[in-house]
Amino acid sequence: MDFITTFINGLSLGGIYAMIALGYTMVYGIAKMLNFAHGDIIMVGGYTILVVLNLCGNPILATIAAIVLCVVLGVVVEKLAYKPLRGASNLAVLITAIGVSYLLQSLAQIIFGSASKMVNIANLGVLQVGSIKIQGYTLFTLICTIVVMIALTLFIRYTKLGKAMLAVSEDRGAAQLMGINANRIITITFIIGSALAAVAGLCTLMKAPSINSTFGAMPGIKAFTAAVIGGIGSIPGAMLGGILLGVVESISNKITVIAPYTDAIEFGILIVILLIRPTGILGKKRREKV
Amino acid sequence: MALLEVENLKIHYGLIQAIKQASFEVNQGEIVALIGANGAGKTTIMHAICNLIPKFAGKVTFDGTDITNLAAHNLVSMGIAQVPEGRRIFQELTVAENLRLGAFTRSDKKEIAETLEQIYERFPILKQRSKQIAGTLSGGEQQMLAMSRALMSHPKLLLLDEPSMGLSPLYVNTIFDMIKKVNEEGTTVLLVEQNAKKALAIADRAYVLEIGNIVKTGTGKELSADDSIRKAYLGG
Repeated sequence: MDFITTFINGLSLGGIYAMIALGYTMVYGIAKMLNFAHGDIIMVGGYTILVVLNLCGNPILATIAAIVLCVVLGVVVEKLAYKPLRGASNLAVLITAIGVSYLLQSLAQIIFGSASKMVNIANLGVLQVGSIKIQGYTLFTLICTIVVMIALTLFIRYTKLGKAMLAVSEDRGAAQLMGINANRIITITFIIGSALAAVAGLCTLMKAPSINSTFGAMPGIKAFTAAVIGGIGSIPGAMLGGILLGVVESISNKITVIAPYTDAIEFGILIVILLIRPTGILGKKRREKV
Repeated sequence: MALLEVENLKIHYGLIQAIKQASFEVNQGEIVALIGANGAGKTTIMHAICNLIPKFAGKVTFDGTDITNLAAHNLVSMGIAQVPEGRRIFQELTVAENLRLGAFTRSDKKEIAETLEQIYERFPILKQRSKQIAGTLSGGEQQMLAMSRALMSHPKLLLLDEPSMGLSPLYVNTIFDMIKKVNEEGTTVLLVEQNAKKALAIADRAYVLEIGNIVKTGTGKELSADDSIRKAYLGG
């Protein structure tokens, strides 16, 4: 029974990774860039929740505020830092993203100091079914993940905007010739990614209610790993990679002998996957135009 | 006044002058061909008209409006549709999804459905394969799809970039028949082709492009009969 609990915890952790990984993978797929500041958006979301909770104590209001602020931040960062570099070399964009990441972390340190702060977030209690014990936040995270995945899949598959996103992702030039405003699609991608980052920040805080300026760094790197394992650019790939990594992490942490090596095992999986399938599990090899 | 007017177009790739000087016009109802060898700058001109690449100098006017600096996505609703070189259909989407994206700028669902029906009527093969992933179509079918996708926007001007490239002779004929038909139904066509013989056969007028300059112009018939053109492009 312990195993089932561990597995469910893994699914829930994987859900957090998947939500973050979706931001990486969609931005990569559509804007063709790695947004290494994505993890720090989670941190900004976390601090927003902290501030709003201290102000009024309402977790729902805090969540909404975090989502709004993250979305605004994501769009502003894209407009100010990345948009002027469209057409520049990938390296320039990558370095800029790393720069934005440090900027956000430093700003957080200036405003909130470098010490970790506790967040008094709602305790959702424990659900017990027979001998299986599931924490309330685990269930909450699972529900968030499922809702996000279904909504995103429906949006991409069945709306005009979703199809336009697929079109821009496959061939930006051809999409523009269809009358699709690629810049607008990129903005929408950042909006979705940032909103998901805020939700992931909330779920992370419920699990471990303490935050500092590098709050988003490790989940960001893990989620990026998940996105690459699943196949960067692929939405189902990010979901699969995230869940896979979460389950592995949860199980590995439960086995005393290998627990200290959990991170190494996760990144090891990345290396193995890249050796076997360089495009990731669900990544497609695109033919380069000759 | 011409439907499309390109004046003194200059395009640079870094220090290389890809287009040194090009002026031409396409009148309402015409098929105009732009012929020239590989590397003459034909595709560059097509991309520049739709602002997929920046122009160094020059002016482009469409239907009386200056479109020189208009973003690519704005041109579709004005009535310009381009079938790019290499077709560039959305390989991972279905045939029907590709066609519907062609109508992205239109909002009337009923009209879109009507256009789609017309296209399916003309090309039953696309209807048969409407649920199929576009990347699995043959080259000729993909070209058909690319042209149909462009027609979904109800363009006044259709820009065709190397529509016969890489196709079997049978499909080349099908595609050229299709171009003629589309033109007869009222769409003006600007055609870029390496297959000069075919292009001149259906073109009202043509321009000859040589390393970044327009060197000759005339009706399709005149150019087909021109000795230097015959030698250079029509195999003697």
